[in-house]
This record gives sequence, structure tokens and C-alpha cells, in this order.
Amino acid sequence: MTDQWIDVCAVGDINEEDVIRFDHGPHTYAVYRSANSEFFATAGLCTHESIHLADGLVMEHVIECPKHNGRFDYRSGKALGAPVCVNLKTYEVRVEAGRVLLAITV
Amino acid sequence: MSPANAPLVIVGAGHAGGRAALTLRDEGYSGRLILIGDEFHPPYERPPLSKGLLQGTVDLAGYSLCNSARLAELGIEHLAGNPVKGLDPQRHRLQLADGSWLHYARLLLATGGCSRKLACVPEHLRNVLYLRSHDEALALRASLRPDTRLVIIGGGFIGLEVAATARALGCTVTLLEAGPRLAGRVLPERLSSVLLELHRSQGVDVRLNVAIEAVQGTTHVESVQLADGQLLPCDLVVVGIGMQPNTELAMAAGLEVGQGIRVDAQLRTSAPDIFAAGDVCEFRLHPQGGFQRQETWRNAETQGRHAALNLLGGELPFEIIPGFWSDQYDWGLQTVGVIANTEPTASRTTPGGGFLLFYLDAEQRLQGACGWGRGNSVAKDIKLCERLIASHNPLSVEALADAEVSLKQLLRN
Repeated sequence: MTDQWIDVCAVGDINEEDVIRFDHGPHTYAVYRSANSEFFATAGLCTHESIHLADGLVMEHVIECPKHNGRFDYRSGKALGAPVCVNLKTYEVRVEAGRVLLAITV
Repeated sequence: MSPANAPLVIVGAGHAGGRAALTLRDEGYSGRLILIGDEFHPPYERPPLSKGLLQGTVDLAGYSLCNSARLAELGIEHLAGNPVKGLDPQRHRLQLADGSWLHYARLLLATGGCSRKLACVPEHLRNVLYLRSHDEALALRASLRPDTRLVIIGGGFIGLEVAATARALGCTVTLLEAGPRLAGRVLPERLSSVLLELHRSQGVDVRLNVAIEAVQGTTHVESVQLADGQLLPCDLVVVGIGMQPNTELAMAAGLEVGQGIRVDAQLRTSAPDIFAAGDVCEFRLHPQGGFQRQETWRNAETQGRHAALNLLGGELPFEIIPGFWSDQYDWGLQTVGVIANTEPTASRTTPGGGFLLFYLDAEQRLQGACGWGRGNSVAKDIKLCERLIASHNPLSVEALADAEVSLKQLLRN
């Protein structure tokens, strides 16, 4: 089991305080850019009913699921209350030469 | 009066009742807690019944609030299949179907509703299905085959979502609506027309302003006879003509009942220590407003939770910005707030062929909004509209109509 850095997109491909969906192999991720241009990544599907989080709204450090308003702190993956109770898995992200890279374990 | 150590009891183990039970435990209530329901399943959310479950992409576990093991672990006594047959508010007790009496300290009525039945269907006719429960959805799923000729009666959300799912499964679908447009009771005209266009483009034979004369067959349904004389041969009929709130228990006990069980701002019924929540609950959205019921996921979720807080003595007024969604084919609609029965004040198009409609009051404050787009693409904007409604800030019609102006920017102005 080693971490592998995967190229996600250019820094400018994600708006500030927003999120994109990133699919890699059978997996889907949500990659976030905060208002002050820090990058984060979580599992792409809501832990409540497997909805793609990238269609949800990012406000400050919270992603809100597009369907049932389940909310998570995307920095820690922490579920912030009903209807979500299971935290999101988070992944390491780094920026290199203007590219956003995501650490996945292979 | 009830014994001091009587349990908290919830009648109705659907979404609202289940959420209330879980919230009571979350909030630290450790006394006896009894959740009574007709169905044997643990509490579940209903939206997937007409979509993912029929398609076979999700199962009950995927939309249950929790499983039976979790209920047991939390000490929530789930009484299934032993329906309540009487309520005696004076003595704080319920009578169960087996005749036994159960005392309560406080009671939540979350009895939901049942499908409205179509009067002209002979009782014995098989293959005339309704969709409200998980078991009904399973029965429907088993009947939807690629060669099925399906007639759907009712152009509301159940009918439309079943039509979309059935088309995806290869069925031949005719949809009959009594009114002049689809989902006309709750949607603005523009959404009704894009739904009509979408379903027709997907091969659904949608007929509006239709009156049904009879549903015919010997053992199984064979045809639907329209008032204009047309005969529609079919193998399966799905009826989706709304729900009827289960108010009988409350009414027989002398509680105040309108179109649902009436509650005050704290979700208290007219009887002491009895609350109501969910589809069956008739409440005022604003202190001066009329009574209304809401048959939505959002209402079940928030009212169930809120009722639990007040069962514990919270005395909190219930407030909600209403909202609902519907998914059909690869399109979705969402609404938030109150959609006036008038032309929208402003509208804008969104990338990918969608749009947003905005409803402002006389002071230019947003009251409601709805949107249409591929997948869940409309969700971000609708969530921002929810925050704009809550902010009560006056908004510029020009800015709302300008697709280049982000709603997030308007929120922060």
C-alpha cells in the first residue's frame, strides 16, 4: 500500500470556495478549493445516500449535499449533523507547478 | 393521568416518526421509547421508492434511517404490525390492536398517509398498483418488464417519476392527467411544460385533461376506458393521484383535525402532551398564514426532529423554508420557499439548458425559487436561494435575471 499522486486539474479549474468532481478508475472524489485557495479532497459520494457531493454548495469550509442538505466540514470530513452521521474519508492534496495533485493509496 | 414513568410513544414509524425517535436518543433522552408502525421495516425515506428502488440501483438498507440492530442498540422499542386502534387523551393511553393499553407520558402522531384510491377500480382487479410503501414499490418493480404496457393515472410526481423509470426499463408508457398540465398543484407553468416536453421526447404518451370512465379486466387489468370513448389496452395500471392523511385515530380521539392533524407553532395538537409531525401534520407556515400540510422529505426530516425537541420540553416554534425536488430521466427540478401562483418576478437560464425562476414580494425580497437542470446541477443555486430567502434582503430583479451575476455574490452584497 503506497500513496500515489494523481493529477486532478489545473489550479484555475476550481473556483475559489467551490468543488469539482474527480473520477479515477472506479473511484469518485470531491476536490475543493477554499476561499483562500487551499485545496482539499474527500470521498465523492455523500455518506447518507451516495449522492455526488460536487453538485452541492460550498460555503466557507462546509460542503452541503445537493439532495438532503447533509453537511460536512470538507477539511476533516466530519459530518455536521442529521441526516448525515458518517464522516467522509479525506485525501491529501498538494499543488505542484500549478497542478492539483491527489494522494490515493494503491 | 399517566404514570410518572410512562414512556414517550411515537405512532408512525416512517421518516418523521423515525427521525423523531433517533433525535430523542441523540438529545440524551434515556427513558423508555416506543415506536409503533404498520410496516415491519425500520423507518425509511420514501423518495427512492419511485426511482432507485424500481431501477434496482438501491435497496432498503440504502435509504433506511437506521437498521433494526441500531434501533435495538438505542433501546427504541419498535412495535410493528400491531397497529393502534384507539387513543384516550384524557388518560394518556393508547389501545393496541391486541386490545392492550399502553400509557404514554408524551405522544407524537406521525401517522403519515395512504394512497388515494381510484373509485372506478373493481376491488378484485390485479395489476392495479399504488406506490407509497417499500413493499408496494417491490411489487411494482416485479411488474415492470420491457414488454409491459403501462398506464399511469395521475401526472403528479409519483406518476411522472414512475413513468421515467418505466421508460428506462423499456416499458410502453401512457400517462393520464385530469388537469390541464403536469404537477399543476405545486409547480409553475414553465416547469410543467418542460416536464411535458421531456416525457414526450422520451416516448411517454402523455394525455392531459383526461377523464377516466372505467378500469376494466376480468382477473387482471386489461384496459382503461376514457370518457371520450377511447380504450387503452394495458397490462399494468399505476395510480398516483395523491395521498390521504391518516387522521382517523386523532379524529376519533377528538383532536382538532382539518386537512391533517392541527398543531400550534410548537407542533402541539389540541390535546395535552400530544404532538404531530410529517405528512399528517397540518401547521401554519407563518403565524398569520393558513393551515397547510407538506408531503415532502424535507418536512418529514425537520418536523420529526423538531417534534422530538419539543417532546423533551423544548417549546421551540417550528420554522421551515419549504422545499422539494424531483428527478426524472437525467433531469432534476428543485424548489425552495413559497412558489407564488403568479408569473415569476425574474428568471435566468443556466448552463446546459436549465433555468431558475425567482419569486419576490412587494419589497423585492425573495420568497421562493425553483430551478430545472441536468442531474443535480440546479442544487447549488437553489441552496443559495434558500439563504437569500432567509436573509430577507431586497434584491435587484436585473441582477437575478443576469446569468453572469452569481447568487453567492448577491448573498454577500
